[in-house]
Amino acid sequence: MAVFYRRLPRFEYLLPKTLEEALSALKNQKGSAKVFAGGTDLIPQLKRREIPTPKCVIDLKGISGLDKITYDDGSRLTIGSLATISALAQSPIVLQHFPSLFQAASSIGSPQVRNRGTFAGNICTAVPSADSAPALLTLEANVKIKGPKKERTVPISKFFTGPRMTVLKPDEILLEISVPKPAPASRGVYLKLSPRHSMDLAIVGVAVLGVSENGVCKDVKIALGAVAPTPIRAPMAEAMLKGQRITSALIDEAARNAITQCSPIDDHRASQEYRCDMVYAMTRRALNQVFAQ
Amino acid sequence: MEQIRLNVNGKDYELQVKPSATLLDVIREDLALTGTKEGCGVGECGACTVIMEGKAVNACIVLAIEANGKSITTIEGLADGEKLHPIQEAFVEIGGLQCGFCTPGMILSTKVLLDKNKTPTDQEIRKGLEGNFCRCTGYTKIVESVKVAAQKMRG
Repeated sequence: MAVFYRRLPRFEYLLPKTLEEALSALKNQKGSAKVFAGGTDLIPQLKRREIPTPKCVIDLKGISGLDKITYDDGSRLTIGSLATISALAQSPIVLQHFPSLFQAASSIGSPQVRNRGTFAGNICTAVPSADSAPALLTLEANVKIKGPKKERTVPISKFFTGPRMTVLKPDEILLEISVPKPAPASRGVYLKLSPRHSMDLAIVGVAVLGVSENGVCKDVKIALGAVAPTPIRAPMAEAMLKGQRITSALIDEAARNAITQCSPIDDHRASQEYRCDMVYAMTRRALNQVFAQ
Repeated sequence: MEQIRLNVNGKDYELQVKPSATLLDVIREDLALTGTKEGCGVGECGACTVIMEGKAVNACIVLAIEANGKSITTIEGLADGEKLHPIQEAFVEIGGLQCGFCTPGMILSTKVLLDKNKTPTDQEIRKGLEGNFCRCTGYTKIVESVKVAAQKMRG
């Protein structure tokens, strides 16, 4: 039984006004500080004493401009690190051009959680079931990260390194997620299976992005959440579909192949066996939606 | 201790708070507004829902210091003296509560929902209240209460 305290442990609170201030504060604390945005993951973790209590939390919300969602001349969507999940789930641009991101954002938590939690925070916490991850993987998003010396860009496929682990170093801050606009006529979908409809983690999350022309699959990307140590793509299943005439038999075969790409855990939400079966069922369903005539 | 300013239910407060105090701690203990309940304490159940700058938030996972300078509405801010808010009237009339612990949160989530959407469908009501758990499982009457509240507010 996990220990649970109603009160938060003691820590200091910093509210830097600029990114430079935040980065130097983070550097000075030498790993004993925590970057704080929405707090919907961090505060419960601190209350549960799941993570070592930081000496201070560095709240990014004093830095202006980090909460922007911009859509530059129809080529890419840029999601600032402070953009809330609600901001995405209420954005007409996201709904129109990035439906799988919209579905992912809407499926997270509750209005209360979405109003505070940030979309970028969802990938920084990096639980294997993070709803934003499969959609971002199919869209081949990039993550811009700033450290004390330099800025770097990491493709989302290289961002996750394990359960709750990412390439972010203790002295770095995620600046923005950049999502290229998918090819015209492509369709995207994110399907989440969870024991409850709301306020629950996915036991399987499947995102598919595909383009077809006259019944032939031009391109397809399949990503799976909650069924491996990190969110993953299913490249073998994708390869089976690319360039082929779409039939229900082929979709079935590719969806079955997706099972071979995952290595799910057994937990109270679902058994390994059930998750595997659901990878098949959900991938098939997602492919059918994307390639429906 | 840090100095913060809050506007709660239209009243201004200047308070000294610990950086690790949650907004819920301050509302219940410093301001003695105990209508806001603490359920799970980790942002899952919605019992501590308050409205901050027009948005529903879980006060148990917001730091008081983050709320500095913000306007907050708690359940105590809805009634006008003895006159209940139409949403409160609807919950009483329909019986949209059993033990009552989740009710302040339910009502505040309903307020945010109805302020944006005057004619919500059943589906929209359920989605709007998805972050509020009723462990007496009286959701049917709650949804009905929200519909009646919407009618009352449309006049």
